[in-house]
Amino acid sequence: MAVEIGGIGHSVGRKEDARFIRGKGNYVDDVKLPGMVYLDIVRSPYAHARILKIDTSKALAIPGVLAVITGKDLVPLKLEWMPTLMGDKQMVLPTDTVMYQAQEVAAVVATERYIAADGVAAVEVEYEPLPVVVDPIKALLPDAPVIREDRAQKNNLIWHWETGDREGTDKAFSASDVVVKQDIYIPRIVVASIETCGMVAKFDKVDGQLTVWMTTQAPHAIRTVIALVAGHLGLSEQKIRVISPDIGGGFGGKVPVYPGYVLAIGASVLTGLPVKWIEDRSENIQADSFARDYHITAELAAKKDGTMKALRVKTVADHGAFDAAANPSKFPAGLFGIVTGSYPFEKAFVEVDGVYTNKPPGGIAYRCSFRVTEAAFAIERLVDILALELKRDPADLRMQNFIPPQAFPYMSTLGWEYDSGNYAGALKLAMDKIGYAGLRKEQVEKRKRGELMGIGISSFTEIVGAGPSKHFDILGIKMFDSAEIRVHPTGKALVRLGVKSQGQGHETTFAQIVAEELGLPVGDIKVEEGDTDTAPYGLGTYASRSTPVAGAATAMAARKIREKGRLIAAHLLEASPDDIEWKDYKYQVKGVPAKSKTMAEVAFAAYTNHPQGMEAGLEAVDYYDPPNLTYPFGSYICVVDIDRGTGQVKVRRFFAVDDCGTIINPMIVEGQIHGGLTMGLAPALYEEINYDKDGNIQGGTLMDYLMPTSMETPSWETGKTTTPSPHHPIGAKGVGESATVGAPAAIANAVVDALAHLGVRHIDIPITPWKVQQILKEKGVAE
Amino acid sequence: MRVQLTVNGASMQADVEPRLLLVHLIRENLLLTGTHIGCDTTSCGACTVLLDGRPVKSCTVFAVQADGRTVSTVEGLEQNGVLHAVQEGFTKEHGLQCGFCTPGMMMTSVALLERNAAPTELQIRQAISGNLCRCTGYVNIVKAIQYASTKMGEAKAEKQPAAAGRA
Repeated sequence: MAVEIGGIGHSVGRKEDARFIRGKGNYVDDVKLPGMVYLDIVRSPYAHARILKIDTSKALAIPGVLAVITGKDLVPLKLEWMPTLMGDKQMVLPTDTVMYQAQEVAAVVATERYIAADGVAAVEVEYEPLPVVVDPIKALLPDAPVIREDRAQKNNLIWHWETGDREGTDKAFSASDVVVKQDIYIPRIVVASIETCGMVAKFDKVDGQLTVWMTTQAPHAIRTVIALVAGHLGLSEQKIRVISPDIGGGFGGKVPVYPGYVLAIGASVLTGLPVKWIEDRSENIQADSFARDYHITAELAAKKDGTMKALRVKTVADHGAFDAAANPSKFPAGLFGIVTGSYPFEKAFVEVDGVYTNKPPGGIAYRCSFRVTEAAFAIERLVDILALELKRDPADLRMQNFIPPQAFPYMSTLGWEYDSGNYAGALKLAMDKIGYAGLRKEQVEKRKRGELMGIGISSFTEIVGAGPSKHFDILGIKMFDSAEIRVHPTGKALVRLGVKSQGQGHETTFAQIVAEELGLPVGDIKVEEGDTDTAPYGLGTYASRSTPVAGAATAMAARKIREKGRLIAAHLLEASPDDIEWKDYKYQVKGVPAKSKTMAEVAFAAYTNHPQGMEAGLEAVDYYDPPNLTYPFGSYICVVDIDRGTGQVKVRRFFAVDDCGTIINPMIVEGQIHGGLTMGLAPALYEEINYDKDGNIQGGTLMDYLMPTSMETPSWETGKTTTPSPHHPIGAKGVGESATVGAPAAIANAVVDALAHLGVRHIDIPITPWKVQQILKEKGVAE
Repeated sequence: MRVQLTVNGASMQADVEPRLLLVHLIRENLLLTGTHIGCDTTSCGACTVLLDGRPVKSCTVFAVQADGRTVSTVEGLEQNGVLHAVQEGFTKEHGLQCGFCTPGMMMTSVALLERNAAPTELQIRQAISGNLCRCTGYVNIVKAIQYASTKMGEAKAEKQPAAAGRA
């Protein structure tokens, strides 16, 4: 490792910062094209209603309003429905019925943004309200109104998914000494990246070329979806260019295809003009896809001595009116099968029912890969409940049960092969760093004085980096990812990737991988993403898959270049290729360090003096299909104090030990963990989307959807252990989401721990002051 | 309506609808797209600019209210090729990730340091509590502002050695 190269392991300053700190980023709403018009959307005030009439005349009379598009206008184009990434279908615009509040009803196209909004206000829609189903458990009752009458199946069950050994698990439960059981609701939340979603669509009627600038985490997949959805209109994949420019945060919310995108494309095709659609924050919170909304019943069976034996989990998943999640085809409940967590359960059985309700689509990510937060929260809560039941220290109980380091690679009872781990090592480090023993003593003292202090632990196992392609696809497209590297004659390189950064710093970290592999300074390497006309095909950035998959592709492409370079170096050094080794970032003749060539010298020769018979140039592409997922992990310890008057929970300290394998850029990794922890704090204490019985959203703006500010967010403390992935080319595992997965349980466990001596065993998140105050009053300890 | 205002030191004029928001004047008419829009309820602060030196959320100010006044945006922070200490702090301390909240966050920071050159951590957190960030968890933003505070303090001490040591 050489500092001047800026390879793996260095906190290299981010290349992308130069434009962002000057206000020179290029986000979708910054794109302004000549003749561009604006699209705005009329949305339903009802959660379920028949549309009796849409009167567009007043809107069309406004000077500057060019068109009002309704569902009926889309029928001749066969665009009123679109397929979802889950193989369901979703309305672009309704022809007769709306399914949730804030659903798109019509689109207004106008010469200016404000006039488009005037047009939206002037569209008059008559509705006939229909019965509303908001509770997914009631939605499964035989007499529940059927929400999706378009389906052959006349009930609200979307799918039933199960995994594990039902009978074996039942037997293990019967034979166990202790069973703990808990209902856990993980509420609906929304990622609310600070940039909302939007698009500029430009269709050229002459050459049939469609160019879109779009807030998407997966530009290539989107290009293919557009070709599939609108191929019959003449949109052909070679003439579709999806540009994902700078993206102001994604977290999973920019994976799905929203109706607004399709409408912007449709409006550009119809008018021949460039069309911009940028959603408001309220639209973003009320109508885009949501995360979580899992109604879990979890049971854990153990021996008296604390040995965990079996796990049984039943879940109802509220997916809203359209199953528009972005899970891999074979896994409608995502990677919820990681629910056995960091423990060697002998038996487990998990079942999930996906259910339709009159809510916007649910089940997408909230900075976590495919339902892993729900899984980690369930198991880490259950472990604490078992500790309470057995009167054991929760750290001690975890240490007793962890899968030991020598057991890796470890095959879980639900069939996941954990690549590597050292769970006890991470927890021990966290305990030492935060002073666990001292905190427990302090807690005893405080309890004597009536003060409420709690300590919570979460020792989670993540699962990221989908593929492998034999198990993972989205809409049939296999979950590989790609990198292409071109080394120019002067030894500078261009790297293009199929993934897309939304703030993760790819322009820097992927350059560091190439620097490390090729011995070129990181400053000489340019990374490009997010343009389907130039980047190799990839599935995009979500579920912490960029480093595990595209990072691996980058290393493998670089190694192909290094192998070709070896032949060129042999030619230049007049040695046999077998005698050339790559050492200290150079090609050297074995045993003769003085005889060496740098990658820059080899690159020049690749274009000026390459061996005859060899192709000129120095470039490579790699489509990497990971042999397995990666399994980052960590142990978090949280200390809370509770105000007995207000019920407010204050996170006093939070120490996070993460292990994401090999770290490429420690500064960026720490930043990812800080952000992830904050998005773990948010649902634990603040964020929640509720609906009333009529399906009206509660908290549909940032005035009442409580994203943590700098005042609520503690000064996170972090530490690390490093257990490389044995199957990843550089040993990296991915880190963007670990903290979001691990943090909520640590916080909830800390709050319950503070109240456990009063007989409290569980509180559903978000743990608001009101909820805590009710408990304090009930227990007679409120001040 | 005709408005005349000074933006980043340059005089600007525009003919605007009375309802035009300042943020749209800045972004769409003046093409200064560094100022962002992140919400519709004055909650997120991505649109923060300085109006006569005070931070305002420009989504909640009409363009006509800025008539005759001075507006500073992120594009005006760098002077003669030298980054403002706040810009330098944000990149050195990794105080930004996606960059979307960053301009507003930096303008709030600049205003804070103008009125309080050496803020405590709590004062920094209070000052930026009207600016939401979804990526960083604020820890490194606090450090970035502390970095700028130190750097500006050092620069001031160098310029005015006689004033050194004064509170």
